[in-house]
Amino acid sequence: MSVFLVASAIKIIVVFTVIMVGVALLTLAERRICAWMQDRLGPNRVGPQGLLQPAADGLKNLVKEETLPAQADRVLFMLAPTMSFVPALLTFAVIPFATPLPTRWGDVDMVVADLPVGFLYILAFGSLGVYGIVLAGWSSNNKYSLLGGLRATAQMISYEIAMGLSTVAVLLIAGNVTLTDVIAKQSQSLFTWNVFPLSLAYFIFLVAAFAETNRLPFDLPEAEGELIAGYHTEYSAMKFSMFYIAEYSNMVTASALMTTLFFGGWDIPFTTWDNTPPWTILKTLATLTMFSAKVVLFLFLYIWVRWTLPRFRYDQLMALGWKVMLPLALTYVTVIATAIWFLHDGLGWTYDTRFALALFALNLVLAVPLFFVLDRGRIVAGSVVEA
Amino acid sequence: MAIGVKVMKRPGTKVSYVRATLQGMALTLQHLFRPKVTMQYPEEKSSQDWTLSPRWRGTHRMLTDEQGRAKCVACGLCPQICPANCIKLVPGEDEAGNRYPLIYEIDEFRCVFCGYCQEVCPEEAIHVGVHYENSEFSRDRFVYDLERLCAQTHPVSTLWDPSDPKGE
Repeated sequence: MSVFLVASAIKIIVVFTVIMVGVALLTLAERRICAWMQDRLGPNRVGPQGLLQPAADGLKNLVKEETLPAQADRVLFMLAPTMSFVPALLTFAVIPFATPLPTRWGDVDMVVADLPVGFLYILAFGSLGVYGIVLAGWSSNNKYSLLGGLRATAQMISYEIAMGLSTVAVLLIAGNVTLTDVIAKQSQSLFTWNVFPLSLAYFIFLVAAFAETNRLPFDLPEAEGELIAGYHTEYSAMKFSMFYIAEYSNMVTASALMTTLFFGGWDIPFTTWDNTPPWTILKTLATLTMFSAKVVLFLFLYIWVRWTLPRFRYDQLMALGWKVMLPLALTYVTVIATAIWFLHDGLGWTYDTRFALALFALNLVLAVPLFFVLDRGRIVAGSVVEA
Repeated sequence: MAIGVKVMKRPGTKVSYVRATLQGMALTLQHLFRPKVTMQYPEEKSSQDWTLSPRWRGTHRMLTDEQGRAKCVACGLCPQICPANCIKLVPGEDEAGNRYPLIYEIDEFRCVFCGYCQEVCPEEAIHVGVHYENSEFSRDRFVYDLERLCAQTHPVSTLWDPSDPKGE
């Protein structure tokens, strides 16, 4: 029991520190990659390659003046940054990031809290993040902030459903809501990674994750052009910084989720050496590296998309959410459930590479008409008020 | 109720979301690895693609003769033509009857760098220079006196000549 407590405490501290440092570096990575994409160099003056830039920014934010609008709701105004920051970090608690680490006191699971309902926990806390944004927008007593907050709510609700439905498919394959089991099911071979049997679910999840983290092309809550800075217009100094940290921790968590649910978590492809006991420190380190590499890849995707795509118009956002993503996710769950039922009960297959490849083929067939329709863009093109 | 948004009716062949997105992503990825155009200023002041134009009009320089005296004969044309009124000139005369400036000061804060002083100068003494690093720690250091103007070593500006517009 005391071993469990000590191990948990250490894991919490280590994971928290790693995420905070990661977020700091991510802000730098975003600025530098954005600069490179625009043929510039980006911040490279503070420390080697600008590595100390986040520290300089942090220091600046600490010593800047904290502003408090006279008409703001004080309690909620102070609370809102924390409320957007905490859920982002809490979600990470249930994500397994490596194989168990053998120690003198027994194997220690490399997950902060190995919840049996890990998956439901993620859905629950994933939707909590919007409260911080909405309350920030409301408590600022500023019309731009309020509009930003309202947009955030509408956006979150619209895409939450598609996101939840897309992950139902993952549960259908895993047959369990424990994330450790989700990973175990995926680690049989490269093609059992859920991204292959559930490609379209991954596509839906990816789009919804961008919307949930308020990143371009879905950053309507902050839309600088229209809303100044949206919900954090009135914030300054460290409170503003908290929203920034929250945004980036959300990105880290969403990337970790994509990795866990669709890319086999810490699984190393082309080998089963890492999936089977006895656990060794080497295996832990190797799988941890693999997990980090996958997360970094998705973080790069986030940044890459942000500096490529323009922002959606509000009606396009809603149209995409309700007219495309939701029906698509619903239909997809039905189709994939039927397919799994047919393969599992009809043909008596168990979940293995053959099973995954059969589903992958089905996905490819479905993807062709889907992307054709999406590409023609009739649905997201907008709506016209009848005269 | 939907917001009234003007929608362009485009033919289906001209509409593209997915392909356009992928094309855009490919483009930004290419740019990620291209050579960067940023000039890292304090270390690197000019590159092959970019140097200061010879016609750049920066802070002034007073040319001197072989004895190291300012070429200025204190004719008073430059304070006369100066649109910003930033040149202060007090003329003097030695025993041989040569005029020279007793006080010659240019307030670089007031100067608009039009280059008229260089253009009007009959002795080709005062020039605007090809120079841009002028920072100082106090405002009064921006009033350049004669000694300082003579001590400047930066190249002088080539003014635009209407009869030779391309500088040939």
